[in-house]
Amino acid sequence: MEYDNNWLLSLMVFLPLIGAAVVMLIPKAQEELVKAVALGTTLVTAALGVFMLFDFDYGKSGDLQYVVDKEWINVINSRYILGVDGMSLPLIALTLLIVPLCLVYTFGHFPEPRNPKAILALILILETGMIGTFASQDLILFFVFFEVVLLPMFFMIAVWGGDDRRYASLKFFLYTMFGSALMLVSFLALYFLADGSIVGDQANTFSIVSLSEGASLGISRSAQLWIFAGMFVGFGVKVPMFPFHTWLPDAHTQAPTVGSVILAAVLLKLGTYGFIRIAIPMLPEAASAWAPFIGLLAVIGIIYGALGCLAQRDMKRLIAFSSVAHMGFVMLGISTLTDFGINAAIFGMVAHGLITGMLFFIAGSMKDRYHTLDMGRLGGLLVSAPRLGWILGFSAMASLGLPGLAGFWGEFPAILASYNPASILPESTFRGYMVVAALGTVLAAGYLLWMLQKTAMGNPKEEFADNEEITDVKKHEWIAWAPILALILLFGLYPRPIFTTTDDAVVKSLTVDIQGEEIENCLEVEGADLGKECFANVRETAESMKE
Amino acid sequence: MVALSALAGEGPTSLIQAGGWFLEKAWIIPALPAISFVLILFFGKRMKYKGAEFGIISIAVAFIFAICCVGQWIGQVNNADSYTEKQQYHDEEKHSDKAAHEGILNEEIQRTSFNELGVASSEEIVVSALAEEKDGYSSVGIKPVIERFTWWESGGRSFQVGIMVDGLAVMMLFVVTAISLLVHIYSTEYVAGDRRYTHYFAFLSLFSASMLFFVLSENILQTIVGWELVGVCSFALIGHWWEEKPNSDAALKAFLTNRVGDMGLLVGMIVLFWSAGSWSIVDINNAAINNEIGQSTLLIASLCLTAAVMSKSGQFILHTWLPDAMAGPTPVSALIHAATMVVAGIYMVARLYGVFFEGFDIAGSSFNVLALVGSVTLVGAGLLAFVQDDIKKVLAYSTVSQLGYMVMALGVGAWTAAVFHLFTHAFFKAGLFLGAGSVSHSVHSFDMKKSMGGMRKFMPTTYKTFIVCTIALMGLPPLAGFWSKDEILVGTGGWGLFGGTGGNGTYVFALVMGIIGAALTCAYMTRVIYLTFFGEFRGDTHGHGDPHESGKRITIPLVILAVMATGAGFLNFPVGFLTGSKAGWQERFGHYVEPVATYFPPIAHGTPSWSLAIFSTVVAIIGVSAAGYYFFVKVNAQSPAATELTNGLTEKSKVAKAGHTLLKQKYYLDHLYTDIIANGTKGPVADATYWTNQKGIDEAVNQVGKQTARAATFVYEKIDQNMVDGVVNLSGKASEGLGETTRTIIQRGKIHQYAAIMFAATTILAGLLIVFV
Amino acid sequence: MLLVQFLLLSSVLFCIGIYGVLARKNGVMVLMSIELILNAVNINLVAFGTMTNNIAGEVFALFVIAIAAAEVGVGLAIVLLIFRNRSSVDLSSIDSMKG
Repeated sequence: MEYDNNWLLSLMVFLPLIGAAVVMLIPKAQEELVKAVALGTTLVTAALGVFMLFDFDYGKSGDLQYVVDKEWINVINSRYILGVDGMSLPLIALTLLIVPLCLVYTFGHFPEPRNPKAILALILILETGMIGTFASQDLILFFVFFEVVLLPMFFMIAVWGGDDRRYASLKFFLYTMFGSALMLVSFLALYFLADGSIVGDQANTFSIVSLSEGASLGISRSAQLWIFAGMFVGFGVKVPMFPFHTWLPDAHTQAPTVGSVILAAVLLKLGTYGFIRIAIPMLPEAASAWAPFIGLLAVIGIIYGALGCLAQRDMKRLIAFSSVAHMGFVMLGISTLTDFGINAAIFGMVAHGLITGMLFFIAGSMKDRYHTLDMGRLGGLLVSAPRLGWILGFSAMASLGLPGLAGFWGEFPAILASYNPASILPESTFRGYMVVAALGTVLAAGYLLWMLQKTAMGNPKEEFADNEEITDVKKHEWIAWAPILALILLFGLYPRPIFTTTDDAVVKSLTVDIQGEEIENCLEVEGADLGKECFANVRETAESMKE
Repeated sequence: MVALSALAGEGPTSLIQAGGWFLEKAWIIPALPAISFVLILFFGKRMKYKGAEFGIISIAVAFIFAICCVGQWIGQVNNADSYTEKQQYHDEEKHSDKAAHEGILNEEIQRTSFNELGVASSEEIVVSALAEEKDGYSSVGIKPVIERFTWWESGGRSFQVGIMVDGLAVMMLFVVTAISLLVHIYSTEYVAGDRRYTHYFAFLSLFSASMLFFVLSENILQTIVGWELVGVCSFALIGHWWEEKPNSDAALKAFLTNRVGDMGLLVGMIVLFWSAGSWSIVDINNAAINNEIGQSTLLIASLCLTAAVMSKSGQFILHTWLPDAMAGPTPVSALIHAATMVVAGIYMVARLYGVFFEGFDIAGSSFNVLALVGSVTLVGAGLLAFVQDDIKKVLAYSTVSQLGYMVMALGVGAWTAAVFHLFTHAFFKAGLFLGAGSVSHSVHSFDMKKSMGGMRKFMPTTYKTFIVCTIALMGLPPLAGFWSKDEILVGTGGWGLFGGTGGNGTYVFALVMGIIGAALTCAYMTRVIYLTFFGEFRGDTHGHGDPHESGKRITIPLVILAVMATGAGFLNFPVGFLTGSKAGWQERFGHYVEPVATYFPPIAHGTPSWSLAIFSTVVAIIGVSAAGYYFFVKVNAQSPAATELTNGLTEKSKVAKAGHTLLKQKYYLDHLYTDIIANGTKGPVADATYWTNQKGIDEAVNQVGKQTARAATFVYEKIDQNMVDGVVNLSGKASEGLGETTRTIIQRGKIHQYAAIMFAATTILAGLLIVFV
Repeated sequence: MLLVQFLLLSSVLFCIGIYGVLARKNGVMVLMSIELILNAVNINLVAFGTMTNNIAGEVFALFVIAIAAAEVGVGLAIVLLIFRNRSSVDLSSIDSMKG
């Protein structure tokens, strides 16, 4: 693409923010206008996204495209850099898809206390934050967007949440803030310890590109380990990884439907995206040292989340716990440090976004109809609302990783990858993880089918037998759901588009290189000891390139 | 390409690339029912026959395609045979242009998109297969038709989707489409007026599509996909009447038990993929046969895959879902839980036989897990069949038992026998299930003791076909079951000890179990026949008059299946059995189905033995007679309506009573799974985890929050307010106090005092001035 | 040396003045005592001035006499006013300036 289109990303990021401002300026009484503006904004943004999907040069998906690089905060060498490569493209697309659908859904189900203006404005601000996080290529910019996301979500839970909303929202906010704080410390450590002159940048830099292309290779091993630990907590809380997951069930259970959907579909991915965009490419050595531990937590998460699900009585909380298990698969894929595993992880993120988002939509709709999600009281959804029941069954099947639906391609390749992790990692440990993860698929089938049986099968309980409120899928629900259902099926049958898009970028993120010139790839060295030596050599090389 | 003729004697002397329009376009066969599924889903309810027409038409066309495939495949094999004779003349002309038609020797035309990694090797390596030319088996190998395209790519590896058509696949295509077609037709009457008639046909279509997709898998990834898809169709169809809890429970149990086995499938396939470096079935088999994969790796993979077989094909100890699966509609039981889906495990082993053959070291051994699992299942399930009152459950256990035969056969190296038994079993067992369905259609129950008896008078067609299929199942000559069962027994190689035949190893225990199984089968089927068709009618028709024969759409499939059950056995009429020499019509099944190719391990074939055939037949007849004596003579004498002797063995003997209870409780396996494992996981374990979560981790988080808040209160109240702020206040207070003191002490308005102080101060200052200056 | 005698005289005067200021209760008497102190200083200034042949001593003494006159004027006026208000010039009873 020769022509200059670097405005595209900035527009995409800030258009929703402008939309939010406009929405706030419109008087409350003009509700239709508020809706129109909000939906219009997201649709235009999504249209930009569609344009980008077509315009994106897939042949060079490893390189950043639509790059904007402007001065921002000169004092700390932080620049305004936005860019998209194959790794962020699917996630941006996911965000752009989910947000308009959430709006459409909300139009039919404004949560109480009814305040369309406020909730729509918050969703739009969220969109800015989410796209910004996926597109930013500067640590400070990344951090800012990462935090921007927090506030609207906090208000969504705190204002429109369930009975326990104060507790849940505060927990969500504080927990993630705690993580971000450590993350920021790590960013600062990178800023001071890494040397951008290795790659021809300024000595102290926040640029993600510079840092991943070798600026951070000169940092001593122990410092790397600590920096990685900070990021690990920061991103791990967001994922959420066992044992930092406990904010998630509360936040999900209490959040209004759209809040849960956005939270599950996109917000959780900010954490995993952080790992693959920042933590691993910048600190391959620390990543290789931490990977077995991350893998362990991931498989614990898989089993633990599944068992947590089995103990639930509340459907929404069950779905929330299932996120812990599913994100475990994603993290397992990442922890293998292979292109194969990380591709699977990205696919898993998209698939989980679609599927769990869908499940939360359904749970929300059921709550609207039944006014409870207690599985002991539900039942017979297939009788009362057959289409809704079948959609629930479809989504549950997708969630448990049925081949032919999207969930499988996130789960199975992750398990597959853990049989053969990067050579530097202990193979037998990861093979153990593989078996445990495979056991997780059994449990996943267990809790999802059990949920399906409890809610959808059987005859309706007496209290809901002839309830007029329990209607089948409504029009706005169809509009909001049809694209998601179609994509779940499409990616299930033909997963290739996502894998091809991400592959180059992932390969690039895993090569240990300085300014694109590959030096010895230490991740492919046999065993941890040789790996240490190899990284020591790399460090020397990096030192020698300092100006 | 390696000069193949140089390798003659080590493997198939040469390879022919199979071809043919129908074989290359075999993907159409699964595509048809898949399309039908979509059509039924969207338009089914608006159609005249509620969507059934889509299902029937699609599967009928698929069946025609399958028959064409069979025809073309037979043509290919014949071509190869004739080539053997012409070989000498064509050696020179191998690569000439003329050879561009079908059946070309060593042709490198890449019909398939073999431009992917690692594929070329499988084509070139032609080592080891048949030790020498054997009776009835061609020495000219046939390369299967492989068509594929890249499904997705990741991490530098490409994942294909495609078809692999060889004799085995063609045979399965035929079986699946044939039974599926019959079941579709049967169902239009059987489930007529059902609450979810359209959904039923939609899922039948989806099942057929998935099963055919599975059968045609070119690679093991596809195998996994197909495997899981048939599982989910099975789930949906078992739970077809999900309003009733037992049905949904059964569906859940089926799916979950299968998932347990699928764990083995996933792990096993993953091991194979990484060690062979390819998904392709051909590549993996080649790698296994050529010892490119270590023996222990193969063993691990085989064991994992055996777990998958145990769940999908209902082998001990994961068989418990299969009898429960009878909660589904009967035609479904016939199609999915007897004839096709449950043999997926057998099919998978047959497909990856190189792996199992090498992994378990089947040749030259006398024990392996596969044979053990199969033989234990064979007898264990046969025993269970005796205590079931539900006719479908008896048949279900019988299926489990017969699947045990097949697994055992594969375990002992009798590949052809296993596949042949799969073939014959599909017909007679489908016939039995559909017959049972026909009976229940008229008496509205499956309980043999309470609702049946004397049915032969009311339902003559059903009765006759049921009897035929039963005899086939019992393995009495000359019906289908006899031939396949006999081949399996021969294949164990155990009879060799008594002089005669040889197999791959000497699996004596398999032979013994096989013979015991045969006797059991005869006995419990005699019981079924008596309870269902003889004695007096014990049911209650609620004033609808006597039970009556089912309609044409039910009886015609029954007749067709009975014919197949009679005739299918002759397809593999043993060489040298009656005629003493090889003739063109013997061992046709093995000849066309068993691959002569590099990807198939060098299995040995047992030669049939008169003595064994007679012995097993005698045992079978003893089984029939014993049960026949008990029921037809003793029970019938007690009362025509009786179902068992009132003072039978279980009353007299404590041991027998205990045994009966053990069987009634199904070896307590269900208790173990449902009550201990499933409920344990869902109950205590899950609760404990959740408790840990809430009281441990979450409590820790909350405590951190609370303690932080407390610490903050402490800091605020004690430190900030008291100490830090205290210092500030103190300084203020101190100066205030000082001022107060000063005021009250010094500044009292006494002029004299002021003056005195002034003076004193001046004096002191003066003094200081003097001293220091 | 004549200086010593002058200094002795001024010391005596000074001490008497101090005593008067500190010991007398009558306001007028205190003023008088202050006058004594000032004059003691004057003697010193003149004596030192003469001794060093410096006229500054005498000049300062003249300034002091002028200021003393003014001070006595103001001081007596204050005492008079106090007397008018209180009918007493007892200094120990005048403590309205206390803090």
